[in-house]
Amino acid sequence: MHETAFQIFVNALLANNFVLAMFLGLCPFLGVSGKLNTAFPMGVATTFVMIVASLCAYGLNLLLSSFGLEYLRLISYIVIIASAVQLVEMVMKKYSPALFRALGIYLPLITTNCAVLGVALFQTAREYDFVQSITFAVGGGLGFTLALVLMASVRERLQLSNVVTLAQGTALSLMLAGILSLSFMGFAGLGG
Amino acid sequence: MSSATTTRGWDEFMEGIWKQNPVFVMVLGMCPTLAVTVSAINAISMGIATTFVLIASCGLVSLMRRIVPKEVRIATYIVIIATFVTAVDYFIQAISLALYDALGAFIQLIVVNCIILGRAEAHASKTPPLPAMVNAAGMGAGFTIGLLALGVVREILGNGTLFGLSLFGAGFQPWVIMVLPPGGFFVLGTWLLFFAWRARRKQSAEVTQHA
Repeated sequence: MHETAFQIFVNALLANNFVLAMFLGLCPFLGVSGKLNTAFPMGVATTFVMIVASLCAYGLNLLLSSFGLEYLRLISYIVIIASAVQLVEMVMKKYSPALFRALGIYLPLITTNCAVLGVALFQTAREYDFVQSITFAVGGGLGFTLALVLMASVRERLQLSNVVTLAQGTALSLMLAGILSLSFMGFAGLGG
Repeated sequence: MSSATTTRGWDEFMEGIWKQNPVFVMVLGMCPTLAVTVSAINAISMGIATTFVLIASCGLVSLMRRIVPKEVRIATYIVIIATFVTAVDYFIQAISLALYDALGAFIQLIVVNCIILGRAEAHASKTPPLPAMVNAAGMGAGFTIGLLALGVVREILGNGTLFGLSLFGAGFQPWVIMVLPPGGFFVLGTWLLFFAWRARRKQSAEVTQHA
């Protein structure tokens, strides 16, 4: 499996979009995609955590493998991610309290965002080297942000339209996600 | 007295299956729900694996509820959950490699399933071990039912099979989109619509009864 960094990036961003093709990070995708001005910062915060997590996971994996402690991988990954999220939370609280309040519970929940742990696990499973891991994390994070922003834009428009009351809420969001996912399938094969 | 406790236990159990069903009512744990439900057998295995982790970690969290300081409780819960998930991961790898490959990274991703952390935080950390585990078992069963509801529909429509057995014979043209990612969203959306419709009908029936 010799993918160039560019192929990995395009794949993670579009063809294998984390949210729409691999079903990672659906909770924040459905939860914070109501408004565009919370969706974008959420995407950026998650991308940042992903990159930090990917870096740490790469180093940690080398360390654990050299001691033959692979069974500790999952536990140590999740601890690292939790600390990275804590860091983002503190920075955000200091520099942008308004945003901190707007994101609310979803900020600490980045810890339990499958997309973040997914990056760490997939890069280990696919044996990516250092550069590949970083591009994978950046592409995945941007793909997550892209999906979130697209979804938020459509949902903002939908608020103004006349929807059958029965379909309002999660059911509508899911249908919408399905259609978005369908259109993202058009990117299949792009990354080679 | 004893009958009262049994009813309570039963209520604890049923809460997860019906009133608070994690998939259809709370819409939690979406990632594995949509990703692994391409076939009924995957759905069941994922459900069982999650249920085991749920019961075991809720039991342990409940036992430790008095000794874990408040500040580090989430971190503690996560580590407990991750431990059990690692065990399940190796267990599935040992009994069936095919299943392990089919579920892929999603076994390890049970760690970040919101249902488990949510139960640990909202229920198990305040309840004695036994009711906590009963409640967790109910939640797990509800989750498995939810997964199965998706898996069965997607496998029948997208593959023409159920548990790997062909249903319609060779002439069946599979609706491939149902086993692809968009199908997951569509099927779950339709299930939610169906439950919303049922709830609405029940409500209007009650209104006419009172009037």
